[in-house]
Amino acid sequence: MIKDYVSMSARNVRKRGIRSWLTMIGIFIGIAAVVSLISLGDGLQNAITGQFDTLDPNKLTVTNVETGFGPPGSTAVQKLTKHDLELIEDIGGVRLAVARLIRVVEVEYNDVSRFRYVTNIPEEQEDIDLVYDSLNVKPAQGSLLDRRDKGQIVLGNSFIEEDSFGREIRVGKRINVGGESFQVKGILEKAGSFQINSVIFMQEEDLKRVLDIDDEIDLIVVEVEDQNELDAVAERIREKIRDDRNLDVGEDDFSVQTPQQTLETINIILDTINIVVGAIAGISLLVGGIGIANTMYTSVLERTKEIGVMKAVGAKDEDILILFLIESAALGFVGGVVGAIIGLGLAFVAALGVNFIFPALNFGVSFSFPLVAAAIIFSLVIGGLSGIVPAYRASKLKPVEALRA
Amino acid sequence: MKKSPNIIELKKVKKHYKMGDSIVRAVDGVSIKIERGNFVSIMGPSGSGKSTTMNLVGSLDIPTEGSIYLDNIDIATLSESRLAQIRGRKIGFIFQSFNLVPNMTAKENVMMPMIFQEIEESERKKRAEELLRLVELADRMDYLPRQLSGGQQQRVAIARSLANDPEVILADEPTGNLDTKTGEVVMDFLRTLNKQGKTIIMVTHEPELAEEYSNKIYWMKDGKIEKITSKSGNTWKVSGK
Repeated sequence: MIKDYVSMSARNVRKRGIRSWLTMIGIFIGIAAVVSLISLGDGLQNAITGQFDTLDPNKLTVTNVETGFGPPGSTAVQKLTKHDLELIEDIGGVRLAVARLIRVVEVEYNDVSRFRYVTNIPEEQEDIDLVYDSLNVKPAQGSLLDRRDKGQIVLGNSFIEEDSFGREIRVGKRINVGGESFQVKGILEKAGSFQINSVIFMQEEDLKRVLDIDDEIDLIVVEVEDQNELDAVAERIREKIRDDRNLDVGEDDFSVQTPQQTLETINIILDTINIVVGAIAGISLLVGGIGIANTMYTSVLERTKEIGVMKAVGAKDEDILILFLIESAALGFVGGVVGAIIGLGLAFVAALGVNFIFPALNFGVSFSFPLVAAAIIFSLVIGGLSGIVPAYRASKLKPVEALRA
Repeated sequence: MKKSPNIIELKKVKKHYKMGDSIVRAVDGVSIKIERGNFVSIMGPSGSGKSTTMNLVGSLDIPTEGSIYLDNIDIATLSESRLAQIRGRKIGFIFQSFNLVPNMTAKENVMMPMIFQEIEESERKKRAEELLRLVELADRMDYLPRQLSGGQQQRVAIARSLANDPEVILADEPTGNLDTKTGEVVMDFLRTLNKQGKTIIMVTHEPELAEEYSNKIYWMKDGKIEKITSKSGNTWKVSGK
């Protein structure tokens, strides 16, 4: 008999046409948000962690941090300097410490101007090798810079892959970076990280001159002698810099990060995104449920007489209850199906968009059948729950009174 | 159990409503015995309590006082669900305003009461088609109520009332929304059904209609039965009060 109830309910949902669709909007949005987010989640995670695939288990990074406490002026960031680099180099367990500068610079070629990342290669060959090694870069054309290559640059792969300057860039061409002309010595292989794909490498001396940088360091990459000593060395670096700057624990205006911490930071970002979208989806589903409940109330009112007739011809309270519950569950179900389709569609469009803008990311969508099934079942349950009160009211209508409506 | 000669029996039934501070005595001590196979009318002007009486007879409502027996079962002792089940099996309803479900075709409307008796779909279809042929609507089975005339709708309602082959058909002003000619067609169907053994109970405010078709008339006024008249031969005699 359930089959008959389903077909009767489906008929009523269909009959209300546009009103049924409007009722389901909340469910569409909620389910679409959940499905698209989770479908994109893996791609997002891969893309973000891909940016950090240069993470080595034996390297630490020391960076500047804004404290943000105290009255204005007092929190002026204390930048890392050559002095800090020397301090770190002397710490036990440290094999190498390399100063890195990473900035954004205006690049001009063929009368087109763009902003790109620029970074230094250090002065010592050993340090240069560490940078190349840790970033895992290889030349696709030409060769990498060495310490003698003043006035020359190496470009990331996107300089040749994307036609952003309207004219082909090749090894040997001259490009204007930050107002000075540089010769292209090499172009890198395509990397997993879009930052590396759009980066410009140049001599530290050149970079400091072009961007007018004094004694400043953006981050220090530290290679330890023994990978197992990583956390201990990190702690020693913290103590040493605190000592040097006269800081107590908790007042750090710098940060020493291990690869583990970096991954944790990424995961916090991903979790935050998940929570925010999850909350939006939750609110949307709640609103959707209320919408269904409201529609069902209206439906009970409009069909009071019909309910009376059904009772007169033998419908039991339970029959009416089931009929209305199926109807509201059907609203949830259809909402879930359409929401899931919209969600998957959004995920694919988003992935297409991301890949169009950042082809290097190889951003993918993962289609998970259990996820889609769970989303649809979940919305069906929400629909059913929303219908409980109106359906109960319908089932308890007295036949005489209902017929009089 | 031996079948009682009375399909429905009301014993000193009262139905009182509270309206604000006052109590409305819609039905005030009514006793009615309806014999199997009879064609009975409940007559009276509006406000006489005949509609309330019909609801009680049809077990759509339960009395404030007194008892109602439907085939020897005291309906006051039954839950609404149980009552619905019995009602669906034993009584067929015909309403003044037809009360067909608007988004169901004629055939589906006739099939509906059978759903609640858990009859197989193929059987329901077969029976609904038979019944619609009986009321001469074989060519209108898949029409929606709004595509049918009033007379046709009332004939669908008659077919629906017969869906579960009930013993009693309760018709509340069955011709009230119809012109004289179509009204006659509907009444002739009811007469035929009565001849085939169905008990018919009709509520009407038209004495001519009651006298032409029924054998016994309960005349109501102010919630009470004023008189009962019965047909013997071609004349009517007062047979009780």
